[in-house]
Amino acid sequence: MNRNTMTPMQRVLTALSHKEPDRVPLFLLPTMHGAKELGISIKEYFSKPEYVAQGQLCLLEKYDNDCLSAFFYGSLEVEAWGAEVIYSDDGPPNSGQPFIRKISDIKNLEVPEIAETPCLIKVLETIKILKSKAADKVPIIGVAISPFSLPVMQLGFNRYIKLMYENHELFQQLMKINEKFCIKWANAQLQAGAAAICYFDPVSSSTITTRDMYLKTGFKIAKRTLAGIQGPAATHMASGRSISIINDIVKTGTAAIAVSCDEDIGQIKSMCKNKVSVMGNLNGIEMAGWTPETAEQKVKQVISRAAHGGGFILTDNHGEIPFQVKDEVLYAISNAVHKWGKYPIQNNFA
Amino acid sequence: MDNINKILDKFEHSLLSVDRLAAAHLLTESLKENTPVDISDKIICPVLDRIGEKWEKGETALSQIYMSGIICEELVNSFFPDLDMSKDKSIPIGIVTFEDFHILGKQIVKSILKSGGFYVHDFGQGVYAEELIQKIRDNKIRILLISTLMLPSALHIKDLRSKMDNLGMDIKIAVGGAPFRFDTDLWKQIGADAVGMTAFEGLKIVKKMTKELQ
Repeated sequence: MNRNTMTPMQRVLTALSHKEPDRVPLFLLPTMHGAKELGISIKEYFSKPEYVAQGQLCLLEKYDNDCLSAFFYGSLEVEAWGAEVIYSDDGPPNSGQPFIRKISDIKNLEVPEIAETPCLIKVLETIKILKSKAADKVPIIGVAISPFSLPVMQLGFNRYIKLMYENHELFQQLMKINEKFCIKWANAQLQAGAAAICYFDPVSSSTITTRDMYLKTGFKIAKRTLAGIQGPAATHMASGRSISIINDIVKTGTAAIAVSCDEDIGQIKSMCKNKVSVMGNLNGIEMAGWTPETAEQKVKQVISRAAHGGGFILTDNHGEIPFQVKDEVLYAISNAVHKWGKYPIQNNFA
Repeated sequence: MDNINKILDKFEHSLLSVDRLAAAHLLTESLKENTPVDISDKIICPVLDRIGEKWEKGETALSQIYMSGIICEELVNSFFPDLDMSKDKSIPIGIVTFEDFHILGKQIVKSILKSGGFYVHDFGQGVYAEELIQKIRDNKIRILLISTLMLPSALHIKDLRSKMDNLGMDIKIAVGGAPFRFDTDLWKQIGADAVGMTAFEGLKIVKKMTKELQ
């Protein structure tokens, strides 16, 4: 096979099997920039699956991306449970007041019916459109927030931490309900045409919880949940640190892990080599102030640390590039991957 | 000296393991030889500072920081219920979660300020510029602590600052939250006077600002 003529799907699958493809795969995730491409507001953009699909296809072509993302916004998953979502002109829709008002309400929570929930249906429709256009040439990535991380929006972070430490029974009850939802939601996306699921689990990161707590909670939950998801999943720490639990995450059944810009991606790559692939770790927040030159330098640095031998996908560290990041920076990232990410990777060029 | 270090180590351990009883027992013992203010200044605050520094190095988790703050606030409330710990009431301090509903950062800073002897006006969450300006005026706030989670909210502080400047409001603004940790120059770009990378830095900033304003 000519290594320069791989499709994005071939490139990604080769990388995930810990081999070197033609070049480093790029998962560029500017989830709101599609609205700019279409000349509409963020609120209007997320109102119809056709808009999001069109936006994603524009971005795929514009930046020579290696995936199509079916991610709308994080708060969509609590919108499915009836929570308020607040739109913004220049950022992702945010979750409003937590919809679980009293902790005891957890006892009466019911998993939303996916086929009857408009915001979830929109995502599934988007995946179907993307699948019809991209066929099997470009992987479509679905997203499911982990059962362990969703309560940040269901309850509010502060009440959730207290629940974790102080109310074992209701914590377990909430996890049971959330696991059911997460598995159903992930599998619905796979059935609609997603190639893999990004399992967002920032609460498991050592930025948020200790390893002891993770082993008792997020780890077991991830093992059960990933086993129920009928396709490959990549664990995303959404900027949280993971070095101290990397060897544990590897045992959850994940195919890849997306790591924080706070950590040495070279070290993580060594720890994960031939076990799980590594994704990361451009600083999405800082990116809003980058010049094209900075972007190229950052891409070179990450590639030089983590790309050798495959098992690596270049992406940002949060899974959602801010609306404020300029097109010229996104172009620079894409160009830098094409320039510096060709295998075999040159040594010490960063 | 050795004794105080042992107490600090034990108190830190009790907070990090979320052991309320051990933490309370330690303060009960310490009260025999120290005043409540000494306990705040020499035990509670230094330990919260240590825990914050460990978080910066990735050695403690946010959940531990939050629970430590909660326990310390509870201890201060139960051990010194009638004591006026407010260091200086002539300089009103406000705190807010600006434009979003993720209140963890605000709650942690508030607990630590309380443990350090400062009273703060809590302006809540999901608050936008116009409403916030009114609350600041109503309470004659001189120091405003702003917590944000999302980048757009952080960027909108620039407009808030500009509105306050146009109204001639003399207020010091300190900011904190994820966007400022991931972009360490952002606080300057949006016109803040200070940034706290950990919750305990919030207490240090408040101490410094109150001195400057006196």
